[in-house]
Amino acid sequence: MADHPLSRRGLLRSAALAGLLLPAGGALSACASPSGGGTTASRAPTLGARTAANPLAIPEDRPFEVVIFDGGFGDAYARDIHEPLFKKGHPKVAIKHTATKEIAKTLQPRFAGGDPPEFVNNSGSNAMDFGALAQDGQLQDLRELLDAPSWDDPGVKVRDTILPSAIELGSYDGVFSVLNYANTVWGIWYSKKLFTANDWEVPKTWDDFTSLCEKIKKSGEAAPFTYAGKHPFYIYETILTLAAKIGGAGVLTSLDNLEDGAWKAEPVTKAATAFADLGAKYLMRGTEGLDHIQTQTAQNKYQVAMLPCGSWLENEQKDSTPADFGYAMFPLPSFDTSDALPYGTLHSRPGEESFVAARSANPRAGMEYMRAMLSKDGAGRFTELVSTLTIVNGAAEGRTLKPGLQSAAAALKTAGEHVTYFRFRQWYQELHDEVAAATGQLMAGRLKVGEWADRIQRKSDEVKSDTSVKKFTR
Amino acid sequence: MADGRPRRPGRAGREGFVRARFITGFLAAPVLLYLVYVISPYAQAFSIAMTDWRGVSAAPRFVGLANFGRLLGDGVFWRAVGHNALLLVLLPLLTLAIALFFAFLLNAGGQGGGVAGVWGSGFYRVVFFFPQVLAVAIVAVLFQQVFRPDGSGMLNGPLIALGLEPVGFLSDPGVAFWSILAVLVWQAVGFYVVLFSAGMASIPREMFEAARIDGAGRVQLFARVTLPLLWETVQVGWIYLGIAALDVFALVWVMTAEHGGPDHSTTVMAAEVYRNAFQYFKFGYASAMGVVLFFFTVAFAVLALRLSRRERIEF
Repeated sequence: MADHPLSRRGLLRSAALAGLLLPAGGALSACASPSGGGTTASRAPTLGARTAANPLAIPEDRPFEVVIFDGGFGDAYARDIHEPLFKKGHPKVAIKHTATKEIAKTLQPRFAGGDPPEFVNNSGSNAMDFGALAQDGQLQDLRELLDAPSWDDPGVKVRDTILPSAIELGSYDGVFSVLNYANTVWGIWYSKKLFTANDWEVPKTWDDFTSLCEKIKKSGEAAPFTYAGKHPFYIYETILTLAAKIGGAGVLTSLDNLEDGAWKAEPVTKAATAFADLGAKYLMRGTEGLDHIQTQTAQNKYQVAMLPCGSWLENEQKDSTPADFGYAMFPLPSFDTSDALPYGTLHSRPGEESFVAARSANPRAGMEYMRAMLSKDGAGRFTELVSTLTIVNGAAEGRTLKPGLQSAAAALKTAGEHVTYFRFRQWYQELHDEVAAATGQLMAGRLKVGEWADRIQRKSDEVKSDTSVKKFTR
Repeated sequence: MADGRPRRPGRAGREGFVRARFITGFLAAPVLLYLVYVISPYAQAFSIAMTDWRGVSAAPRFVGLANFGRLLGDGVFWRAVGHNALLLVLLPLLTLAIALFFAFLLNAGGQGGGVAGVWGSGFYRVVFFFPQVLAVAIVAVLFQQVFRPDGSGMLNGPLIALGLEPVGFLSDPGVAFWSILAVLVWQAVGFYVVLFSAGMASIPREMFEAARIDGAGRVQLFARVTLPLLWETVQVGWIYLGIAALDVFALVWVMTAEHGGPDHSTTVMAAEVYRNAFQYFKFGYASAMGVVLFFFTVAFAVLALRLSRRERIEF
């Protein structure tokens, strides 16, 4: 074998070398890297005839795809309510319906490959990052939808049938491009039955709240308070709402805008201190190791009296709630007399985001689908089916609501204009993760309020100086 | 050349060509697959690592080594590296020690004169292998229940019943990492028990018997006969477990709060890569982490092969 011209090792070595020396992103770039944008730009504009029945001028013969996150709401609302509604208006347009629990895993390669679906219900824990989508121009400008006549009344624009906060929240760089369909109300949830049976009253001030906790603790009936320990978002949401009540909605705006020292502002640390104390004294045992379902089920078993949650709670727990449980919620109690916002102030914001992919084949059909969703009929039946309010004004009126949702709707009505929310969770997910991690430690007593504020402020500054992350302001 | 004719010039060249063609024909397909599915993703990861690609655009911006610079100051990533390093030492050490102990008991640790396993060793061998059969995700969910902090937890239930404070196996940042390590060891031991059992079965019985006759006890049997003759198998096991320790992901991701929490106390490199890529959509940054992980793995492989060189014992 001495004269062997090609040893096996030699062959392998040269092959490997050839592989390594290939110009990066060159001949073999079919797998992970982005493909060139040529295919998307060359697409013909897809405009149909603009008529009264078709104000967005969608082509009546071109199909489009609807991707629904198959999570807490399921996908039946799209299949049974919105898609038939759309079909009524446009019988010749074929709808391809896709449901998935993993939005990003399913769709990210399609976006990178230039073949995204038209309508995407981008929700759930595997949602795609909106900041990244906005940064790359993947979001269709939906302002035309806002100015289009509404589905129900050609005399009224879509803009005037929905909550103004939905327009603000759906705007990236001043361009309305994300539809937040459901409207969520946060508060402290309790069982009317348990409260009535024990003569406990809904607290209106922080002192009332803590003395109620003390009373419950002494009674031995149940633990006073808990939250989804494994997902500290549930409690930092409450802390931030209290901070806004103490210092005004501007407190949250400066957090969103990553302002210097925003997390160390007095209203924020005051609210954090209040809840850290609550955590030290009144939390259900084991809270920090339990998730939302486990704590909510404990409440259904009357093991704990109160927990903070959003208005999806009743629907989420429908299988484990006793028939006479009587879900109800109350807004955060007032902290003291110098509060900037009055009693009744709520954290409420539109959520459950959807967008139309700007570089899809038939984006106008996606917008028209949204117009159908925003009809009174589409929204009202959605509310009934999944027990969640929507951003469509008055859509829930005359519909039969479950007791918990009824109390949330009533609280929202009482709150009026005093509604707060924050946006950094959607804008900078890494900041959200850090706030969650630190707040979990705060509630468990392993972080002091000062350290908590320092840590989050450091992360906020870090995000601010990271040039690869697009910044938003409000 | 069997026929004894003198070699003609050119013949060797033609033969060589035929042979080369033959070899190339066989190797082309696997090499191509290797290039497309292994080498090219690596090469791409290197190039993506130098961009600020966020996963959806068609034209990522080249940023040079900025991602690596940021990585140096990323405390969470270095915590993850630290956890991987700790796993790299502890996972093989604990797993191999326990597996060797069990394998020895099952094969040569029995009472009495002959060389046999402890009573019921056939049964134990099967039981030890059970964890290996379960998917990682199932193991993770299973242990979430075992570690539950309230009365329904398998470990905390009895503690609470006895009036003791429950342990936050997964919720106390000081404890969570050790809980993860325990599960990793629990899952890995069975396979190595079987591996070492096979290795021990191939050691000639006479060696044990001779040692027994010379008066060796169980400890001496193990230290002087079994371990030296099993050394090669142990080395293989060590390298496998080392790679597994660098690769830990699914268990941490599924089992812990905040995916690697609480408060980053259990996070590992692969989890940070995944988080940055698929949750923050910072694919460029995540690729930079992947590149660092790649070099750690290569360094470990080189080191492991260097350190474990040892004379082979023939028998």
